[in-house]
Amino acid sequence: MMQNNALQFKRQVTIKLADVKLQGALSRLQSRFVEGRSAVISEIADLPQTRDAAAGIRNRVLNDLEHWLLHFEREATARGTVVHWAETGEDVNRIVTEIAAQHGVKTAAKSKSMVSEECGLNDALERAGVTVMETDLGEYILQLAKEAPSHIVAPVVHKNKEEVADLFAEKHGLPRKTGIAELCREAREILRPAFLNADMGISGANFLIAETGSALIVTNEGNGRLVTTLPRVHVAITGIEKVVPTLEDVSTLLRLLPRSATGQSITNYVSMLTGKKSVTDPDGPEHFHIILLDNGRSSLLGGEMQDMLRCIRCGACMNHCPVYQNIGGHAYGWVYPGPMGSILTPLLSGLENSPDLPNASTLCGACAVVCPVKIPLPDLLRKLREKQMERGMKSRQETLLLKTWAWFALHPKLYAFATKVGVKFMAILGGKEKLLHNLPGASGWTNGRDFPAPTGKTFRELYRKEHNK
Amino acid sequence: MSARDNILNKIRKAQTPNSNAAEVIAQHLAQHPRGPRPNIPDDLVAHFKARALKLSSDVLETDDSKNVPQLLADYLREKSLPMSGVCWPELADLPWLAAGLEIHSHPPLPHLNPDGTTSHSTKPASGQVAGYLPKGEEANISLREFNDTDAVGVTSAFCAIAETGTLMMLGGADTPATTSLLPETHVAIVDPKRIVATMEDAWELMRKEFSQPPRAVNFISGPSRTADIEQTVTLGAHGPYRVLLILAPL
Repeated sequence: MMQNNALQFKRQVTIKLADVKLQGALSRLQSRFVEGRSAVISEIADLPQTRDAAAGIRNRVLNDLEHWLLHFEREATARGTVVHWAETGEDVNRIVTEIAAQHGVKTAAKSKSMVSEECGLNDALERAGVTVMETDLGEYILQLAKEAPSHIVAPVVHKNKEEVADLFAEKHGLPRKTGIAELCREAREILRPAFLNADMGISGANFLIAETGSALIVTNEGNGRLVTTLPRVHVAITGIEKVVPTLEDVSTLLRLLPRSATGQSITNYVSMLTGKKSVTDPDGPEHFHIILLDNGRSSLLGGEMQDMLRCIRCGACMNHCPVYQNIGGHAYGWVYPGPMGSILTPLLSGLENSPDLPNASTLCGACAVVCPVKIPLPDLLRKLREKQMERGMKSRQETLLLKTWAWFALHPKLYAFATKVGVKFMAILGGKEKLLHNLPGASGWTNGRDFPAPTGKTFRELYRKEHNK
Repeated sequence: MSARDNILNKIRKAQTPNSNAAEVIAQHLAQHPRGPRPNIPDDLVAHFKARALKLSSDVLETDDSKNVPQLLADYLREKSLPMSGVCWPELADLPWLAAGLEIHSHPPLPHLNPDGTTSHSTKPASGQVAGYLPKGEEANISLREFNDTDAVGVTSAFCAIAETGTLMMLGGADTPATTSLLPETHVAIVDPKRIVATMEDAWELMRKEFSQPPRAVNFISGPSRTADIEQTVTLGAHGPYRVLLILAPL
């Protein structure tokens, strides 16, 4: 399992906010992906109906997950696919390692899979003596730099081209390139032989189609097609929640996924893979394995968090999140950042290990507005906060503060008096600037910005004044 | 207990069992209802062309497929690209040589032997041009040599989708996926009669003509691209750098 470092969240935030290079990279993401989405989402004339339909398709499966999974398994098996079930990330690692051993696999070429990041698959395979080559350009850069992805769609968004140029020059031992197109070509030329030499291809699956027993992947670079076509063994790893009933249903979801993710009306490649190579097929893998990972997903079913399982991993919620836009993905500490990560990480990797994540949101609601499958992300974040309160997981300071506030709120006269005095005091402290540079107990706020001082009157006083005019 | 049993048990416990689930599922699969779809203009060919151009494909047209080789030759010459490559067997009869192109069939066409049996020709004399390389030989091929053989792949398409300017390719014995994937230039001959409005229409056509989907169905929408470095779109990632669509009746 990939280590959850979400306990470091607050410390990381301070570092990330001060990282000038990261801030530049994040502003680029905002303009490309946010504006990109807005330009193409309008091509869908009946967007509300399409989002309703997409959410309905996901709910249809989630409400009857057992039967849909079994149907998928039956159809996939009938076409010669071997379907594996994995309860944990460690199980995935064990299954893939066994498949590798069974087929004498020495090298594997991998296209981007966030589920494999959950498992820490690359390390497990390397330990078993299998050389793994990430082939998505972003993931390849991260593998060279020994870093984790910071975005589920654009994993290397935190790096600029100068950093990539330095990295390539160092690792490839070739003259340093400066243009983005040159860097891409260099990676292509380095990776081509890796595709051709690989014994095993590893991919994720954006959707599993129950009707046909297929895995469907959306890619732009073509590496997804290469790793599922050239090596003699193909292993696709995905979550149990990824089943979609029919080809028509997947067509509806495909209208929303690329538009929401990268602002494309369709990704360059949509590949639907069904079964292993037949006798007459000139290409394709001789062995096709699909691994279905639970890793805590089933515990979300039937409860108030089930809506989260609709997620199709487009990344729109993080692209539009004012918190993600300022701190990037690494601060979130695990595989999934942004609003969807702030919900999934505590649910899959322990609320006690990620206490700050449900609170890493202003609840502005932008994520819920752009979510293609209508996940009520702010509501789910609020529910996680409630859980923290119920389980006594809030800090003593925060609990005391809330209890004090609750006591005053139940004593309106005292509340009025206390706020009147407090507001006057703060107004004096604010001085001519009407700003507070320091606020005892709220340095987390005032370290990054000034706190606007009250004007000297409480809401109630102002209200009374307005009312008595 | 296997992992499968454990997972299914957890799911069962979490959800109230639906007594007629099997029926509901069978019905949904049998009806496979369509969701909301955008309105596509009546002129599918014009819409397809417009969308394909938007996704950085190049588009040419002719009313006779015999003209395809000449159109392709002119296109390659103008861009100073290599004049050789591979094509799917069904396109091997087009007058490639007359247009100055060296295009080999991949997989190779069967030969009629003097004794009446058929056999497949060996690799084209010019070397392994853009076809996939047999195991064992790969390790000996250096980067430079490989790129030299990376030329042009000519295919047709099962059908094309006007909504997004997309090709639908079905893998099969004579339609290898590698032809549209490994070469730096992918040329697809698209029969205008095979342009449908939406992806749903494309699936319907597949259901009509095939009893089950082939191993690989690939939807292709322009040259391969990446925006991983600084979110700057760069054409030609791991797949073709350019896609030329030639609209011609087949």
